[in-house]
Parts: sequence; structure tokens; C-alpha cells
Amino acid sequence: MKSLKRLTGILSLMVLVNLTFQSQAQADGGNLLFYGLAAVALLIFFFIVVSVADNFMVIESNESGINGEKVNMGLYPRISELFSKKTPAYLEGEHTYKLNKGYDIPLEGKASDVVDGSISATRFAVMPPDFIGLKPIPKVIVEVGDSVKAGEVIFFDKKKDRIKFVAPVSGEVIEINRGLQRSIASIVILADKDQVSRTYTVPAEGASREELVEFLLESGAWAGIRQRPYNIVADPEVTPRDIFISTFDSAPLAANSQLQIAGREDVFQAGIDVLRRLTDGLVYLGLDGREEGKTAFSTVRGAEKRYFIGPHPSGNVGVQMHHIHPAGVGENTVWTLDVNAVLVIGEIFKNGRYNSERVVALTGAPLAAPRHVRTYTGANLGELLAGNTFDNVRVISGNVLTGDAVGADGYLGYFESQVTVLKEGNEAEIFGWLLPLKPRGSVSPTIPTFGDFEATTNTHGEKRAFVVNNVYESVMPMDVYTQQLMKSILVQDFEAMEGLGIYELVEEDVALAEFACVSKQPLQNILRSGLNTMLEQG
Amino acid sequence: MKALHDFVKKYEPSKENKMAHTVFDGFYTFLFQPDTVTSDGTHIKDGMDLKRLMVNVVLALQVLYIFGTWNIGHQHFLALGEHTGLLEGFHLKIVYGLIQILPIFVVTHVVGLGIEFFYAGRKGHAIEEGFLVSGALIPLIMPPDIPLLWLAIAIAFAVILGKEAFGGTGMNIWNVALLARVFIFFAYPTTISGDEVWVSGIEKVGTEYFAASYNWAHGLFDWIFSGVGLSQFGAGGQAVVDGWTGATPLGIAAKEGWEGVTAVYSTDAMFWGGIPGSIGEMSVPLIVLGMIFLIVTKIADYRVIFGGLIGFVVCALMMNAIAPPMDALTEDMDGVFKFMAIPWYYQMIMGSFLFAITFMATDPVSSADTPTGKWIYGFLIAFIGLIIRVMNPAYPEGWMLSILLMNTFAPLIDHYVYQANMNRRAKRTAAMAEQRNELITKRGDLPVFDENSDYVPVGNTSGQ
Repeated sequence: MKSLKRLTGILSLMVLVNLTFQSQAQADGGNLLFYGLAAVALLIFFFIVVSVADNFMVIESNESGINGEKVNMGLYPRISELFSKKTPAYLEGEHTYKLNKGYDIPLEGKASDVVDGSISATRFAVMPPDFIGLKPIPKVIVEVGDSVKAGEVIFFDKKKDRIKFVAPVSGEVIEINRGLQRSIASIVILADKDQVSRTYTVPAEGASREELVEFLLESGAWAGIRQRPYNIVADPEVTPRDIFISTFDSAPLAANSQLQIAGREDVFQAGIDVLRRLTDGLVYLGLDGREEGKTAFSTVRGAEKRYFIGPHPSGNVGVQMHHIHPAGVGENTVWTLDVNAVLVIGEIFKNGRYNSERVVALTGAPLAAPRHVRTYTGANLGELLAGNTFDNVRVISGNVLTGDAVGADGYLGYFESQVTVLKEGNEAEIFGWLLPLKPRGSVSPTIPTFGDFEATTNTHGEKRAFVVNNVYESVMPMDVYTQQLMKSILVQDFEAMEGLGIYELVEEDVALAEFACVSKQPLQNILRSGLNTMLEQG
Repeated sequence: MKALHDFVKKYEPSKENKMAHTVFDGFYTFLFQPDTVTSDGTHIKDGMDLKRLMVNVVLALQVLYIFGTWNIGHQHFLALGEHTGLLEGFHLKIVYGLIQILPIFVVTHVVGLGIEFFYAGRKGHAIEEGFLVSGALIPLIMPPDIPLLWLAIAIAFAVILGKEAFGGTGMNIWNVALLARVFIFFAYPTTISGDEVWVSGIEKVGTEYFAASYNWAHGLFDWIFSGVGLSQFGAGGQAVVDGWTGATPLGIAAKEGWEGVTAVYSTDAMFWGGIPGSIGEMSVPLIVLGMIFLIVTKIADYRVIFGGLIGFVVCALMMNAIAPPMDALTEDMDGVFKFMAIPWYYQMIMGSFLFAITFMATDPVSSADTPTGKWIYGFLIAFIGLIIRVMNPAYPEGWMLSILLMNTFAPLIDHYVYQANMNRRAKRTAAMAEQRNELITKRGDLPVFDENSDYVPVGNTSGQ
């Protein structure tokens, strides 16, 4: 309605200006412009008459109460009715955000919607580098050969020693792998056949916030809580303004979060109930507005529900936060969790055990049967993918935009619930830049994509300087000038970085822009270096 | 395909031989999209790269090249009163046009690409594709008889000082093609202004105009044409037709107004493009075709183009308002008033506004960065450009100067857009904090900050 008002305002203003200018000319019958304007004015006049009459009709129908469901009783369709799919009925009265910008890369190899119970991994790893903001060499308190229960502490950071990191499964520690400069790369556990969890004494119903925090830190569930800005492990000293939870993943080929919560709705609810007590503010749930009906997440109580309709990155918690209430430093610090982290907390409080069970999507075109499997945090990818033979592929823990290429010997990242297998694109293509014969994804209309396609890891071009064709803005549903932000990071202009919104972004939010970039610039790396600088500056 | 690739790869010079390797790499990446794979960051990348972005502009220019080639010949023969029909002597017109345009095209690319290769080799980076577009644009904005030496100097100036000095493609602040033209405009004004330069092959002897004599290339084609029984060039040197003028519509309009223009050129001719002028910027329908192509494929930003069209119309209407009405003009009035009185739709089909706003102003390197900034940038180019065209007594066209001017000011426009964005973001967060407090006190039953509330983010989130 507002845009319509503005449009009519501008139109009438233009007519007025034109008439003023034309008043100097003589309308002697040969003046095309004059007649054109007269015709337009006449049309506008009729339009106004009709609109006013129509408005009376609408008011009348509202007053007589026949329009209880707020359907459009007017003559004209609403603009939203013309250009968008009808929003489903269950969203009526819910807080819904419609995001038009973004892009769903139509990849082949989507996981089927059944959880395959036949596949199980035996080796699981915890990788300290998954947790941002820790020292590279944590204090490891287990040794190779020790046997641990699920939930028992295996390492903690030397500085932030209140946060304990625990074993995802019970079993025997078989490897402690070191990476660069003697940093700890991973701690591998060979899982027992029958999983045993350590036991917890859950704080009482009326326990204070301090008690709760202390319990969560010690229980190992804290590791799943991340703090914005910077996406670091949450600082126990800080009380977050709000807590944000995205209940769906919109990334290419992402796991179906409905399967993750299926059968564990009460556990999820228990987790939400705990989180509510950790903040003075609100717990926000970001829900997928593209679902056809209500989902298990819609029935969660005690959280503010916000629906997001739109292509990727609508499922990114950062994008959701931008529209609900942006994060920032100081009192605007917020926490974010994913569905799995909430389930871990809920499991401890509801059932008194540590259970890192999660549903993982095995995806990608080279797989014989892409599907969901049930496993635990940090599962070995090779074991999950057993039965597939690969040639010249890349195995990624996570999605194609933000995941890590850990290879078939690698382990699933702590925050990942997806494995993607991609064909390597190490093959030159004759005139590939001019005639894109092999299928490839693109936000550009000059490269049409027909249906799903099999992507490769080819860069499709070489790195160049930034150009100002606004492709970032076309895929970022945020009020952020990404390119200028990147440039200000490169020149270390702190004020500009702050003002342009670096605190609202983490790598996953700019990943789609990095995909679409014609200059093939490494936006995620640039952003992380900027975040690290800001973190050091305090 | 693999065999061809391996064959080409066999000739790859060693990395130590920088210059040879750069040149090889330039041709190799032209022939093949290389086999590099993503290393960190996203694992898949968009199929669009800078080469493809640039080549789409070149594609959009192809129809203008064909038309321009024909038009050079057409104007030449029109001046001589031979083959005056549009398709009469078509082969002669095309051949004549090619003989004029090919050397320009070759010199442009040899000089421009040569410098590009040289710098890429010295700095040891890949050859960038910026000159793909610049090189395609430069011949189109030159008069057909431009002396090749001066063209070469101008291009060397533009590429070295306008681009390489700033660090190469993507770093330059001015449009390279326009920089080349502006160099010729100031250094050799007689070759690019006045009434004589826009029609090819006409010489002034005393006060009379004659056709220049044809050279060996024309002779060669004459030999071929005589063999197949087509009409031929002949020796040349004939006098032009009575009352011929090579002046462009704008040249006439600046002195005599619209009446003077229509006495020489019909509105149709100006619209379809059969008039003298720079090689590629005459035909309105073909430029609009290119414009639509670039907008639909999102290669060029529609904001710059529409901003420009609005700015042009507004400026023209303002001039109309200041000037006396068209039919109240008298003979003894100053030329500038007659020029100002011309309505915007006639202004638009004369000269090269549409070409400039479509292909020059939308350059993805030197234009403004922000979407909002692009509207302002386009608007100001057209607004200032029309003022320069009409008010400037020396030269009746202004796009080159106004685009370079706005190239200079584009960062300033962006600066204010960024500042506005920072303020807006701060305000928005503050407003949301207030709403959160309300939400906490009355959990649940408050309308929430969304697209229906009073605050609507502007700039790059509009229409989210």
C-alpha cells in the first residue's frame, strides 16, 4: 500500500512538473507531448474515481463483517498476489518474512526422505579446530587407550577452561592426531557396540542462571552454543541479549531438519525450556515458511516463532537475525544454536544422558543412493559412505558452500549434519567461458540451468579484481554492502567494517555471494580475517 | 578435446620466461576454460566469470559493427550522389566500410592488447579481459577517417595512464575507451570535430569537396567485382553533390535548431541511423536492441540506463521550459535557444546519448558501486551531458565528458550511500531494540517489526 501511495505521488508530481514546463509552449494541436500527458492525466483521473469507489466497497464489506478472514475484497489484486505464490494458510497471523534475494543452486543428489538405519560408523572424532576462538593447543586429558563414556570430558581450552568438550560416544580413544605446530587436529574414539552415557545430576527446576550455566559448561552441551558476533564458542561470562535458533537448513542438498527432530519433539522442547532461562531476552526460532503445513517446530512452546520464505540463505541464522534483530558487540551479543545442539541439551535435562545422535544427509550426484542416516557427532565419512566407489571426487563434511574438504578418511564436523560428494572439475573445457556446454550453476541469466545438474569443483574462471556489477547484492537478502565491506576489511578500516555490518556476518552468510562472484574472490576467507582482526582489537 | 588440450599444453613455456608464459596463458585461457579447481571457500563456483561478462557486451555490439560498416560506405556514396538507395551498391558500401574500419580495429587491438600483454608479462599476472570491451568500443566511437597513428597514440595513453597505472582491469577509475577518445578530442581536435570528419573519403580542395581517390585495396576489389560483373568503385575524385553537407544533426542543431536539422535529415533517417557520425552510434533501434539484451541478461545495470533516461528527459524538459517555444523562434535568435527548444524525444535520436548510456556508462568497473548510487550516477551523467551538449559553444556533444566526470565522482556518490547505509543500520537496530523491550513486557500479543511496519529499509534491501 505504501509503495502504491508513493508511486501515485511520484506520478502526479511528474505530471505537475511536466504541465508546468509545457505551460510555456503553445498547445497548437501539433504537440504530441501535451496530448500524451492529457491522456495520461485522464487515465489517472478515471483510475482515482474507480479506486475511490472500490475503497468504499471494501470498507463497506469490512464493516458488515463479511470479510472476517481479511481476504482481498477489492477490485485490484494486491501486488503480492500477482507476483508471488500464495502463502499457505497456516502462516496467516504468523510473523512471516519474505526474502526475494538469494539462490537455490539446483544440484543433483538430494537425499531421500527416509532415515536408513543399516549404516553405522564405528569411529568418531572431536576436532578442536571446529570451535572458533580457542587456543590451537587445548589441554587434552585423555590418552590413547583410555576408555570413555559419552559425555565425559576429553579436552578443554587452556584459557577458557570452564568450557568442557566431551566425548560424543562411549568407547576407546584410539588416536590423538596433531596438525600444524603441534596443534590438536582430532581425537578419535572407537565406539562401543552398546553406548553408555555418563550420568548427570540435573539442576533443580528453580535453579538460578549461574547454576544452570555451570552445569551446562561441565556437561559438555555448552560446546554447541555459539556467540555472535564472530561465531565463537559462547563466553560463559556474557549474558546474551537473545538466543536464535534456525530450525532449517536452506543450503544446497541440506539435511531435512524434520527428520532430525522426528520422534524427539519432547527433547527439543526440553532444550528450549532450558535456553529460555539463559537469557533475559527472547528465544527466537527461525522456521521454514516454504513447508506446506505446520511442522513439529511450529508446535514448540516458549519461543518466538518467525517464518522465513525464500531461497537460500533464508535458513542461515545470521540472515534471520538480520531481519528479526541484528547482532552486535557489547549488549547486542547473542547466542545461536542449531537443532542438534538444542537436542543435546534437551536430552541431558529430559533423560539425564549425553546423546549426540544426529541425522546426517549423505548427498551428491556421485552417490548411488543419496539418503539420510542416523549416527553420532563426528562420524567417520568413509564408513558412512561405505558401499560407494569413487573416482576423482571430493568428499566434503558439510555443504558445497561452507563445508570442509576432509576426504573419505575425514570426520564429520561438530556443527555439520551433511556429507556432500562432488565430482572434481579438473578438466579443461574448450571455450568454456563462451559456450558453457557442460552444466553449471549460475545466478546469471546468460547461463540457463535446466533442472538439477551435477556440479563439479571447477572454478569456471580465474581470480580477478572486484567489479561493481552488484551480483553480491542480488543474492544477499540483507541490508549490507558486501563488496564495500570486503574492501574495508582488506584495507583494515575498522570504522567502516563496523558500520557496514561485519558483526552481523559470518562465513556462511557470504558463501552464496562467493559462489556467485564473477571475480572469484575468496569472500569467506576475507571475512574471517576481518572478524579475527576485530576479535583481536576487542 | 583432450587431445587438443594436451597438444596446446605441450607448447607451454616455462614459468621463468615470464613474458612468453603470460602470452601463452592469455591464449590458452581464451581457448580453454582452465582445469583449476576450488581450493578453499565454496567448493562450487558460478559459471559466470569476468571474461564471459565482458564478452556479452562485445556480442551486443556486433550488430552495431555491421551497421556501422555499411553506413560508412553509405554515407560516402550518398555524398557523391551514387548508389543513393539503401541497398544499392551494397557490396561496394560494405567493402568500403571494411577498408575503413578494419585498420582501425586492428590498430586498436594491436596497440591495446600489446600494452596489456606487456604489463601482464612484467608484473607476472594473468592477462585480464578488460580490453575485450574497450577494444570493441573504441572503433565504434571514432570518426571513420581517424588517422591511425593518432589513434594508436590515444590508445597507448588511455591504456597506460588510464588503466595500467592504476593496476589493471578492475582498478581503473575512468572508462578506458572514453579516455582514448577524449585524448584525441583535446590533442587532435580537427580529426574529431567539425563538419568534414564524419563522412569518409571526402576531401576539401579550396572551398569545394571532392571524393578522395581510391587506393590499391579498392582497386583489388574493383578487379574482383569486374570479374563477376558487379558495379565498381572507379578512380574516385568526383565532386560531391550540390548542397552536400557532412555536418551531423547536432552540428546543425547547435546553430539552426530543429528546423535546420529537418531541412537536411529526416526524423526517420536519424532514428534508423543512416546519417553521418561516429562509426557505431547512429542507429537507435539497434542500440535499443543491445540495451534490451544487456538489461535482460543483467550484464549492464538497468539502474544506470533508466536513471540516465530519466535524467535526460528531465534536463531536456527544463531546457524547453527556459527556451522560447519551438514555433516562437525567429531567425536572429541565438543558436543555443534554438537548440534548447528541441524536445527530448528529438534530442534523444540525435547524437550518441543512447549508445553512451548503454555501453559506456554501465561499465562495471568505473561506474558507481551501490544500487542507489547507480541511479544517481546515471541520472547525473544524462543531466550534465545534455547541458554540455546544448550549452557548450565549441562542440555539440557531451557524453564523453559527462561520463568521465561522473566516473571521477562515482566514489563520492558511493561514499554517501555507504554513510546513509551505516546510519540506517544503526537506526534500525535501535528501533528493533525498542520493539524487543515491548515484546518482552507483553510477550506474545504485539504486532512485530516486519514489512508492514512504518520502517522500510531502503537501498539494497528494497523489495526484499
